[in-house]
Amino acid sequence: MIQIDGVSRTFAGRRGGDPVEALRGLSLTVATDETVAVVGASGCGKTTLLELICGLQRPDAGSVLSPPAALMPQRDLLLPWLSALDNAGLALRVAGFARQRARDQVQPWFERFGLSGFEQARPYELSGGMRQRVAFLRTLLAGKPVLALDEPFAALDAITRAEMQGWLSRALAEEQRTVVLVTHDVEEAALLGDRVLVLSPRPGRVVADLAVDVRRPRQRTDPAVVELRARALTALGVPA
Amino acid sequence: MRRWLPPALALVVLLGIWELYVKASGVNSLILPSPTDVLRALIDDRGTLWHNLKTTGVEIVCGIAIAAVAGLLVAVLLHFSGVARRSLYPLLVASQAIPIVILAPLLVLWLGFGLLPKLIVIALVCFFPIVVTTLGGLQTVEPDLIKLLRTFDSSRVQTFWRVELPSALPGLFTGAKLAAVFSVIGAVFAEQAGSNSGLGNLLELTVSNLETAEAFATVVVLAAFAILLFALLTLAERRALPWVHRQRETPTR
Repeated sequence: MIQIDGVSRTFAGRRGGDPVEALRGLSLTVATDETVAVVGASGCGKTTLLELICGLQRPDAGSVLSPPAALMPQRDLLLPWLSALDNAGLALRVAGFARQRARDQVQPWFERFGLSGFEQARPYELSGGMRQRVAFLRTLLAGKPVLALDEPFAALDAITRAEMQGWLSRALAEEQRTVVLVTHDVEEAALLGDRVLVLSPRPGRVVADLAVDVRRPRQRTDPAVVELRARALTALGVPA
Repeated sequence: MRRWLPPALALVVLLGIWELYVKASGVNSLILPSPTDVLRALIDDRGTLWHNLKTTGVEIVCGIAIAAVAGLLVAVLLHFSGVARRSLYPLLVASQAIPIVILAPLLVLWLGFGLLPKLIVIALVCFFPIVVTTLGGLQTVEPDLIKLLRTFDSSRVQTFWRVELPSALPGLFTGAKLAAVFSVIGAVFAEQAGSNSGLGNLLELTVSNLETAEAFATVVVLAAFAILLFALLTLAERRALPWVHRQRETPTR
């Protein structure tokens, strides 16, 4: 379970400019094995929130309690000199696994994630969707109880993004983890989250906490998803 | 092959103009030899040129190797230590302002006519571009990638070996390619300051004997050697780091 209580975080301004207040008095809890989607406008402190959960930053005020979390950054950032298989096994290698043992561990996941036949491919030989799947696998195989996903599909085209949302929904159903998914796409939040948290513009704090009671797999045309999307947009101050 | 054609044509045209000018103006070949004079000198003196090229070639290759190893080590030191970066980097830049023409005779005075002062001069000339480009490679690693590895509990040393060092290798090669060109100039200065053989030494002798065509032939050999080194390093880079070349061909997303 993740417990964030009254967290504030301010960054020193660049070149003597005004300090930037990213988060102010933000509180939220995420239950174990729950998927929480955090939506908000650009620059509302979403990435800061993930870095606090991952322990990459400390709050100026308040407290962050979280089990160890592994990050999936916005871009895939696969290492161009490694094969897809070795990229996915990066966390295992860091943890001290021998090369072959890491590959043996990753191999079955390639079959499950529809990456069979691409084990030896270099990142530049993979499509955007495949690269994102390898990147997700890399974070998943770090074996941390919490996954911190930072706009994982923002860099993809609309069609690939829709495919990947369906894919991630299935993957998370099979592999229960506590997930914090940050996105600026309200529909993505409604499709993937057990709950949708809406952050205010900077300084970010939670302005709406919406439960998503829709069975998976969800359709984006499902009236409940559409309605939830409208509520989230309203909370963001966007006329739906 | 197509890529070779424009520079080859341009060279032929330039040589043609040069040849015509020498022939038409009747300028003394001691002042300006024609391209055919230079070619004749290249053929007639091939034994001497080859012998001296061996000396200079060994100096240059060893000098670049020393600079590459030292440059990589210093770049890593500067990357890891903010104190070192702030205190040593300005000194490194300043060291490049020391004219090699002044330094080379001093080194000969201190260390004699042997190989060592040449290696020092060449390594000194090559060291700086290698440090700058390698350090650049080390410092442009995506911050998000470093963060990702931190959430994998990667130590500083692990992150260096798995991500930062491989990322810096293209920079190391770029530095070495620049060094290949600078090294030739360094070798000439070092040999002119005091030596018994080498192309720089030969250049010194032929110029003072007014053997202008022979001097030009020596320069041609030096230039050809620099191009050869550059091409070999480019080839080695493609073999060692195939992803650098392949990545440029495909869009990043």
